[in-house]
Amino acid sequence: MSKILIRQMAKNQQGVITAVKVGGMLGQRIREMGLVPGSEIAIRGRAPLYDPVAIRIMGGTLTLRNDEADYIEVEVDSDLHKEG
Amino acid sequence: MATHFNMALAGNPNAGKTTLFNELTGARQHVGNYPGVTVDKKEGTFVVDDCTINLIDLPGIYSLSPYSEEEVVARDYLVEHRPDVVINIVDAANLERNLYLSCQFMEMGVPMVIALNMMDVAVKRGIDIHHKKLAALLNIPVCPIVARSGKGVPELMATAVDVAKHKKPWQPLDISYGDELDSLMLDLNTKVDAARFMTAEYPASWTVLKYLEEDDLHVSRGDQENQEMSLALQKEVAVISDHMEKTISFAPDAMIADHRYGFIKSILRQNVMHFTIDQTRMHTSDKIDKVVTNRFAGPIIMLLVLFGVYQFTFTYSTIPVEWCSMFFSWLGSTVDVLLPDGYMKSMVISGVIDGIGGVLGFVPLIMFMFFCIALLEDSGYLARVAYMMDRIFRMFGLHGSSVMAFIVSGGIAGGCAVPGVMATRTLRSPRERMATLLTVPFMNCGAKLPVLALLIGAFFSENQAKYMFLLTLLAWVVALFVAKGLRMTILRGEATPFVLELPPYRLPTFNGLMIHTWEKTWQYIKKAGTVILGISIILWAMMTFPGLSADQAAVFETERQAVLAQVAPEMIEALQFEEMTDEVQSLQQTLLKIDQVKTQAALRHSMAGKIGIGLESLSQYAGFDWRTNIALVGGFAAKEVIISTLGTAYSLGEVDPEATDSLAETLKNDPGWNQVKALSVIIFMMFYAPCFVTVACIVKEAGHWKWGLFSMAFNTVFAFTLSTIVYQVGTRLF
Repeated sequence: MSKILIRQMAKNQQGVITAVKVGGMLGQRIREMGLVPGSEIAIRGRAPLYDPVAIRIMGGTLTLRNDEADYIEVEVDSDLHKEG
Repeated sequence: MATHFNMALAGNPNAGKTTLFNELTGARQHVGNYPGVTVDKKEGTFVVDDCTINLIDLPGIYSLSPYSEEEVVARDYLVEHRPDVVINIVDAANLERNLYLSCQFMEMGVPMVIALNMMDVAVKRGIDIHHKKLAALLNIPVCPIVARSGKGVPELMATAVDVAKHKKPWQPLDISYGDELDSLMLDLNTKVDAARFMTAEYPASWTVLKYLEEDDLHVSRGDQENQEMSLALQKEVAVISDHMEKTISFAPDAMIADHRYGFIKSILRQNVMHFTIDQTRMHTSDKIDKVVTNRFAGPIIMLLVLFGVYQFTFTYSTIPVEWCSMFFSWLGSTVDVLLPDGYMKSMVISGVIDGIGGVLGFVPLIMFMFFCIALLEDSGYLARVAYMMDRIFRMFGLHGSSVMAFIVSGGIAGGCAVPGVMATRTLRSPRERMATLLTVPFMNCGAKLPVLALLIGAFFSENQAKYMFLLTLLAWVVALFVAKGLRMTILRGEATPFVLELPPYRLPTFNGLMIHTWEKTWQYIKKAGTVILGISIILWAMMTFPGLSADQAAVFETERQAVLAQVAPEMIEALQFEEMTDEVQSLQQTLLKIDQVKTQAALRHSMAGKIGIGLESLSQYAGFDWRTNIALVGGFAAKEVIISTLGTAYSLGEVDPEATDSLAETLKNDPGWNQVKALSVIIFMMFYAPCFVTVACIVKEAGHWKWGLFSMAFNTVFAFTLSTIVYQVGTRLF
C-alpha cells in the first residue's frame, strides 16, 4: 500500500482517498462532490491533452483539473498498477 | 375551500429536476429572474385534488455553500419564502452524492419530501434501494418515481400535499460533526438562541454551522444584525479552527463535510442500499465515452458535432429567416404605398418595421441554436465538450464550455453573436462566463462577412479565400487574448474550480427540448425586443435629422427642374413607361444621380453625418474619412448596414449587400482608398462596438447595463488602436 496523488495514478487504477488538503471554495467543491477521505475512486480517463482527469466515484463520473486533483491524496495497492 | 400551497423543487443538476418540473406543470410555467442575479426563476401552478400548488423550480445545485449565485438564490429563497414543502429530487443511481444536498436541507430543517428519481436506471444498474427503510432512518417521506414516464408522480404529489397540510415547524437535523466540534456547537447554539441572533429567519444550529464553515455571506449578514454577537462567534470559531489546524491539520468546514458524508454512509449501510451487480462494471455510458472522449477519435467527433450544430443552425434557419425578411419587406412596401411621403413614413419603415424585423429576424436563429444546445446539454454531450476543451481554453482564463459560444458567434465564419452571447448561459463559472460573453462579439459573424467580402474583393482580389481564412484566425486570436487580458485585469481572480459531473448519456425528451427552446426564444423576444425597437428609432433619427434645410433642398429641386426644362415633354412622360429609349434612360440616370447626391447631402447634414465629420480629426490617424465614419456609425445598427450607408455616402444610393460590384468599383478607383486603408477599416469593423442587438443581449446576460457600455467603449477604443497601428505602420512601409 502506498499514498500517491491522482496525477500519478494510471488509467483504471483504483484507490481510496486518504486526505483532501485544501480549504475554501475549492476544498468545499471537492468535498461536496463526494471526494472525501474514505471514498473509493477509480481513474476513468484523461482528456485528449491529459488534463482534466475523469474519476469514477460513488457510481458517477467527475472531472477535475490536474492542479485541483493534486490536493487529493489516494492510497493505492502498490502491486496492482499500470493496467490499461 | 380550496387550499393554496407553495412548494419548491430542489436537487442536483442532472437529477431530473427539469423533467419532473415539466411533468408537473406542463406548459403552465413562467420564467423570470431572481432579483439582481441572472439565474432563471421558473414557476408553475397546477392543481392536485382540491389544492392549488405554486411550484418554484430552484436552480440545480450540489450544496448550499455561498460560492455561486445558484446556491445563494436557493438558500435565500427557502429562508425568505418558507415554502410549505421542499420536494427534493435525488438520483437513485447516484444516491450517496445526491443525499449530500438533502442532508443540508435537513440541517436547515425545512419540511421536505424526497423524490427518489430514476428508479428504473438504478434497477438496471443493479442498485437495490429500500426506500421505506431510507424514509424511516431519515424521518422524511421518500417516494420512488420515474420522472420521464411520470411513474410514481401522483403518489409523490399526494405525499407532498400531506406534508404541506401538517404545517410542521422547521426541525433542524442534529448529527455529529466529530468530538472537536460537537460540544462547542452545543454551547454556541445556546448562546445564539439566548441572544435571538438571526433566529427569526435561521435555526440557531444552522447559523452556528455556517459560522464554523466560515461562510462569508452568512457572517456578513450576521454582522449587520448584531455585530457584537457576530464578532464573538467569529472569535470562538477562530480559536477552534486554529486548534484543529494544529492538532489534526483539518479545518472545521472540511470536518463538517466529511461528517455529512459519514452520516449518509452510515444510513445507506443500514440495509438501505446494496448492489446486485459489480459496480466497477462498464455501463453503456462508459462504453460510449470510450469512443467519444478517446484521445484521437474524441476531438474529431467533437469537431464534427460542433460543425453539425453550426450547419444546422445557420443553414436550416435561412428558410424561416427569409420568410421573416420577406414578410417585413412586404410590410415595408405596403406602408410605402399607404402612407404619404414624409418623416412619419420614413420612421415607420426605417425605424419601426426595420427595427422589429431586425429583432424577429434573429428568432429562427435563436430557436435553432437553443434546440441544438438543449439537445447537447440534455444528452450529456456538452459536459464532454467542456472536459475535452478545457485545457486549451483555460490557458486564456476561460472554461471548456466557452467553446460553444465562440463557435456559434462566428468561430466558423458566418455565425451570429446574439445566440452566441445567449449560449454563455451554460457556463456556471461567473468570471469565465463574463470573459466569454465580452469576447464572442469579436468573431466574424454573418453580418460582417459582406463587408469583408466587399473590401477584400476590391483590394485583395487575388487571394480572397486566403484572406478570409486569415481573418477568421485573427478573430480567434484576438478574442482569446483579449479574454486573457480581461481575466488578468477587470475580471481578475482564481479560476473557478472545474469540479464537473459527466452525467450518463440520456436520450432527451421531446417535451423537454421544446419547452427549453421556446422558453429561451420568448425571453429573447420579450427582453431584447423592447430595447431594440427603441434604439432602432433613435438610430433612424440620427441618420435623418436635421436633414437638409429648405434652401439646400431647393438647390437640388432647381437643378432637377433645369434638367427637365431642357427636354421635350414627351420624354418626361416616357419616364413612366416600362420600355424606354436610350435617350429616356439617360435622362432617368441624370435625375437619379441628382437624387443620390441629394441623399448623400442629407446624410452629411444628419446627426450621424455631423458625428462622422466631427470624428474626422481623430479618425484620420486610422485613415478614415467622414464617409467611412458615417458608415461605421450606421454599422452599430447591424454590420451589414455599413455597406448601404457607404453606398449613400458615395452617392450611389442604397447598395444591396448581396450585390456590391458598383461600390467595390467606386472604392477601388477612389484616390482616398488603398490596401492599407482597406485593411485598417477591416480591422476596425471586425473588432469595434458590437451591433446594438448584441449589446442588448450582453446587458441582459451580464445582468447590468454597465457591461453593455463597457463592451461598446472598450471594443471601439481597442479596435481604433489596432487600426491606427495598422494604418500608421502600413502607410510608412508601403
